[in-house]
Amino acid sequence: MNFSDYFYYPFLIGTIFLFVVVFGRFIKWFIGLSKIDKMRVRIGLFSTKTLKSVWESIREGLLHHNIFKTNKMLGYMHMSLAFGWFLLIVVGHIETSCYHGTMFFPFQHSIFFRYYVTEPVDFPGHVFFSYAMEILLFFVLSGVMLAYFKRFRSKTFGMKRTTRMRYGDRIGLTALWLIFPTRFLCETFTAGVYHNGSPIFNSIGSAFASIGNLEPWLNPLWLLYSVVLGVFFVAMPYTRYMHIPAEINLIFLRNWGVTLKERRVNTFTLAQVYSCSRCGICIDACQLNLAGIKNSQSVYVLKNIRNKNLSDEVLFNCLICGKCQEACPVGIDVNKLRITQRIETTRQYNSSYDYLKTGKAKQTDMIYFAGCMTHLTPAIKKSMLKILDAAGENYWFMDENKAPCCGRPLMLAGQYDAAQKLIDNNTKMILDSGAKKLLVTCPICYKVFKEDYHLPNIEVVHHSEYILDLVKNGRLKVNPSEIRAVYHDPCELGRGSHIYEQPRELLASTLTLVPMDREREKALCCGGSLANTKISMAERDILSGKAMEEFASYNPDVVVTSCPLCKKTFSKVNSVPVKDLAEVVVNSMKQE
Amino acid sequence: MKNIVVVGGGIAGVETACLLAESGNHVTIIERSDKLGGKLNQWYCLFPDFKKSDEVLDYIHNRLKNFDIEVKLKSVVENVEPNGNGWFIYTGNVRYAADAVVLATGYDLFDATRKEELGYKIYDNVYTQADIEAKFKSGNLKTSYGKDPERIAIVHCVGSRDEKCHNMYCSKVCCVTGVKQAIELAKFLPKTEIFCFYMDLRMYDKHFEELYRSAQEHHNIQFIRGRVSEVSESSDNRLSIKTEDTLSGRPMKMKLDMIILLAGMEAKKNTLATAKLFDVETEESGFLKSKDFHLGAGILSRKGIFAAGTCISPMSIKETIENARSSAFQVNEYLKSL
Amino acid sequence: MEFGFSTLETRSIDYDKFDRKLIEYLLRYEPSLLVCMACGGCTATCSAGNLTEFNIRRIQLMVKRGETDTLKAEIDKCMLCGKCMLICPRGVNLRNVVMLIKKALATEVIEKSDKQSLNS
Repeated sequence: MNFSDYFYYPFLIGTIFLFVVVFGRFIKWFIGLSKIDKMRVRIGLFSTKTLKSVWESIREGLLHHNIFKTNKMLGYMHMSLAFGWFLLIVVGHIETSCYHGTMFFPFQHSIFFRYYVTEPVDFPGHVFFSYAMEILLFFVLSGVMLAYFKRFRSKTFGMKRTTRMRYGDRIGLTALWLIFPTRFLCETFTAGVYHNGSPIFNSIGSAFASIGNLEPWLNPLWLLYSVVLGVFFVAMPYTRYMHIPAEINLIFLRNWGVTLKERRVNTFTLAQVYSCSRCGICIDACQLNLAGIKNSQSVYVLKNIRNKNLSDEVLFNCLICGKCQEACPVGIDVNKLRITQRIETTRQYNSSYDYLKTGKAKQTDMIYFAGCMTHLTPAIKKSMLKILDAAGENYWFMDENKAPCCGRPLMLAGQYDAAQKLIDNNTKMILDSGAKKLLVTCPICYKVFKEDYHLPNIEVVHHSEYILDLVKNGRLKVNPSEIRAVYHDPCELGRGSHIYEQPRELLASTLTLVPMDREREKALCCGGSLANTKISMAERDILSGKAMEEFASYNPDVVVTSCPLCKKTFSKVNSVPVKDLAEVVVNSMKQE
Repeated sequence: MKNIVVVGGGIAGVETACLLAESGNHVTIIERSDKLGGKLNQWYCLFPDFKKSDEVLDYIHNRLKNFDIEVKLKSVVENVEPNGNGWFIYTGNVRYAADAVVLATGYDLFDATRKEELGYKIYDNVYTQADIEAKFKSGNLKTSYGKDPERIAIVHCVGSRDEKCHNMYCSKVCCVTGVKQAIELAKFLPKTEIFCFYMDLRMYDKHFEELYRSAQEHHNIQFIRGRVSEVSESSDNRLSIKTEDTLSGRPMKMKLDMIILLAGMEAKKNTLATAKLFDVETEESGFLKSKDFHLGAGILSRKGIFAAGTCISPMSIKETIENARSSAFQVNEYLKSL
Repeated sequence: MEFGFSTLETRSIDYDKFDRKLIEYLLRYEPSLLVCMACGGCTATCSAGNLTEFNIRRIQLMVKRGETDTLKAEIDKCMLCGKCMLICPRGVNLRNVVMLIKKALATEVIEKSDKQSLNS
């Protein structure tokens, strides 16, 4: 048997294996979807959503546009590898088609074109193709070089850390790193012997040939190329490189309308988990690094889910502030994924709260629900009551003396069934009151009332929205002042509920708001988040201290926020005064 | 004749200065405010014997008359330069040469607004012990609504023994201050119910425990072991608090007319700046770091720089005076060695 | 006969019969539980304590004394609102303690974590 008859077998076996496993997984994931999600896929398949997904796959899967936005070097690395390799395959296939004069030929011929075609050729565009293929290979190699560099010096990329690896990942990584340098050697050596490349490779090949006889090296090199390709393809489904096909799958499923539900685990969870490329952008976005917590960032949780070794210590050591989700170039719903895992791991011990009794509701137009946290910040509570009185509102202070918690802290801990008991109890009280509006001064309460309570015909408002409305309608007069302030976006209000502008608009009417580099979607977490049950007080202090340091660098007279928990957490730092926007408004009313 | 600069003209500063002048040194006191005596000026009377603060102030003022001590009021140490074994100390346009320096910068009363849940400066009728001393001085103990309070709560450990304020230490004198004020209040307002909410009662010095017993025995002060976690105002303009009566194991709610927060002693922010100027070490709490806990608390990490009084740690007036005397002795020993 | 040292059995804490597994497990994963000074701030502010006879300070103390008969029914009352955490002068992370106790009572996590610590 000739060498040429079998050297491509490793590559061929790897390729077939890869396709079987990947499509096997895609099918498994599809079967595991809920009925509604399956319907969405069937409807979506023949709609413009599919075209949109194709474009998005090119933009994200190949060009890596989102990574580019965050980090140009990292973006170039991913893009050169993915898009470069893709073009090598496509252009190589066209080149081979032109050579054969047909589109049908054994497909190893296009992969190992320079092995098979060593004699002078004269098909249309052959000069262009030989230049193009070589330049593309350089393009890919530049990405590989950056990857070497990143592994050893991640700081060059402006990244603090890069992800840690497992044994299997090392095999995949080594194979991937070897593929293109090997191909380079194969093609330049072959050009050195047969002069079948463009002048670029021919001259490099000649240079190599001047050192010694290249011919005995050719077969081993081409075999090595086939082997590393094969190894990489076999390893791919079991390593992080699975993200390449998985991400494209995710783009399609997402565009077709498949959604992640915290409560129900289905295979869409896996479709998301496998899409993580472990680029490490989420690690850099995470504030926990500052406190020396380095094992619970989203990338590690996704990895642990995949490897089925997720511990509570990792799972619950997260503020669920959502910064990494905003930064994730693949758009993985990391918050929801984490909560899903929390639901799973705590499912066996949800409380029933049998002691809850439905209290007597007061008939009213409007309810004010201060929430647990606001009771520890009486300045907010008192200011809010003053504003309500000034506006002449007919309201009922629902939890003035006592009321169950809103349920959100339980949900953040994964205790959805337990939370539902509190939600049901509060819902009945709220509905019984006949109120049309539910006012809250706590973003944690706001999010759950808005999203998880079924309160038909009742408008849930955060006090930033409510007070702004009062001011706009002339029901409340605020006076401008010389005070310089920075505004801190609470996680649950900003990234959690997308309320960024109302507090700013309100504050701008009474003081000078200094913009910060990291605000809105990029706002810092105060460190007090209830979502993290593992972090110690000392670690929380580091986070709040660093955040306050950053605020202080803008020389504000006051740090304004709109969350009692943020206020309480920041007050502990005791550098710049911290106030809630309700207090700021009441202060500006005083000046009259 | 050696030159000594004492930074701070409170009880500790003046007492140290007098003793050092007595042993033949030329002493200068640099005081930030416009009078000597420090925080004692705001106090009405002292535990455990109800001695009027003015008596102690009179003592130091009279003592000062006996010596030729230069007192610079409204002055702040702005710069320090080494000068041989000593220093040049600059305040305003004046330069003082010093062979030794005594830091007696005192303490800050914990800013009780930092414990927002206790309602200080949010609700009327929530006071600190310092506010109450001022009320004792003025003789007006009515609430902001012009009535005699029916019930008063004294809340211990505000801003001390509290991770939430980064003050891990015990201010130690607040317990007995609370008991003293409870008794005074009971004398002023015999019909008022008075409660002390404490975590531990640290009656560490002579006569303190007797004072505690007397508060119970003669004044019917009630001691409830529990930390107050929330204060709010009810619609009838009274205050209400939440605590746990930990000894009965049950949460407790109570309506009140007046709350007194026993704010702890904190290292002065200025002390930190002064410590930097003189290049002496401070502790994590911000108080000055003594070279040795046992053998002279006034000796600091740098030769020739000494400390006296509450810039070292929380102290009573009695301890401050003792400490000042001990530091003066240490300074003299040092000067002899030069 | 321990003359003079016998107390009524039903109301005494028998420290010698104390199964330390639970408290050891709690302290391993939440060492801050060690530093409670029993001020009662947590219980005073507790949202669940407002609605029912729930006393988290007493619960953690009873666990430290090995008294766990009513623990399951009691611990289930917590609503995890987090006020205790914001009040605690010693920075005890009580929410984690509650979650750990719930897990320990509902699953075999203590047995498993014992094995793990033996292996490591």
